[in-house]
Amino acid sequence: MQTEAPRWLWPVWLCAAGLLLSFGFCWPRPARAQVIANPTAAAATAPAWGPQAAPLSEEPELEARLLKLSEELRCLVCQNESLASSRAELAEDLRREVRSLLREGKSDQAVKDFLVARYGDFVLYRPEFKPLTWLLWFGPFALLIGAFAGLGWYLRQPRAPLEAGPDLSEAERARVDRWLKD
Amino acid sequence: MKRFLIPLFLFLALVVFLAIGLQRDPREIPSPLIDKPAPAFSLPTLNPATGPFSPADMKGRVWLLNVWATWCVACRQEHPLLVDFAQRHQVPIVGMSYKEIQPQDAQAQNMDASAKLQFARERSQVWLSRYGNPYELSVMDIDGRVGILYGVYGVPETYVIDQLGVIRYKAVGEVTPDILASKVLPLVQKLNAS
Repeated sequence: MQTEAPRWLWPVWLCAAGLLLSFGFCWPRPARAQVIANPTAAAATAPAWGPQAAPLSEEPELEARLLKLSEELRCLVCQNESLASSRAELAEDLRREVRSLLREGKSDQAVKDFLVARYGDFVLYRPEFKPLTWLLWFGPFALLIGAFAGLGWYLRQPRAPLEAGPDLSEAERARVDRWLKD
Repeated sequence: MKRFLIPLFLFLALVVFLAIGLQRDPREIPSPLIDKPAPAFSLPTLNPATGPFSPADMKGRVWLLNVWATWCVACRQEHPLLVDFAQRHQVPIVGMSYKEIQPQDAQAQNMDASAKLQFARERSQVWLSRYGNPYELSVMDIDGRVGILYGVYGVPETYVIDQLGVIRYKAVGEVTPDILASKVLPLVQKLNAS
């Protein structure tokens, strides 16, 4: 009965394609951040005339790491802002703290661990992948698959056959044909 | 079975979840420091005559650490409760003056460290003489670095620390009579009895 791909699956494919596309767009792109964070690199590609602006920082590499890292950290005071974008005082203090930790030679992971030990997993914008957060990571996909399964089950259910219409006489049939033609 | 009722039940379940979500305060972040040793530090005290304070000085005692500042409005609201609590119960409270100097204190911005400490001490002392001093002693965290060690993100915050120097409870925001009576006091009594 249903040999070729059923037509009702079209919206499903469309949704899946949209989901994949949005993933592609939302995946963090560090390149943009580095341009801002590395003024000397930007200056190197700039035309060579005129006096160059002084670099914003003595340690462009460190600042680039700081910016990349703080985009993944949440500002505790203004909870929907990252540490990189927030102008709250605590965010400034935390950036200073992260900067000094990086200067001591700590790895990115060590800095994250330092903050998580004090402020909890909440400071991480991208929650760590561990048994406690499996529901968080897989939940939406599980719901999506469940919804599709439910949809498929619903659509495959046998319908009740249409009720046969009342018996019509020849004259009535002719009248129906005439009405339908008009 | 009435199948048309299924969406209604699903909707009601959703409403229940949303209602629970509305009851929760997004500012209350569970502290990972509970049941962890209180981070060590050494800070100058409010009284210039006494030396620096470190949490190790409180070993063997159950104590409260209250983070406050004169610029903090909620601190003023909770302050009478702390004064009353300290008078009625034999629980030592250590105050931590957190970032007393704010960006709006233009005159203090270019001071050196000791002048800043002096400025913060004077202002805190005036404030405590006016509103009462519930603290056994106060420490001065001018640049807020110790605050970061304790995961402070909004003053006031109050910690209960046990005899072994382990943090047992943390209240973010002003303590209320209810929090003091139902959480802090029973916990302190239990810890003192153990």
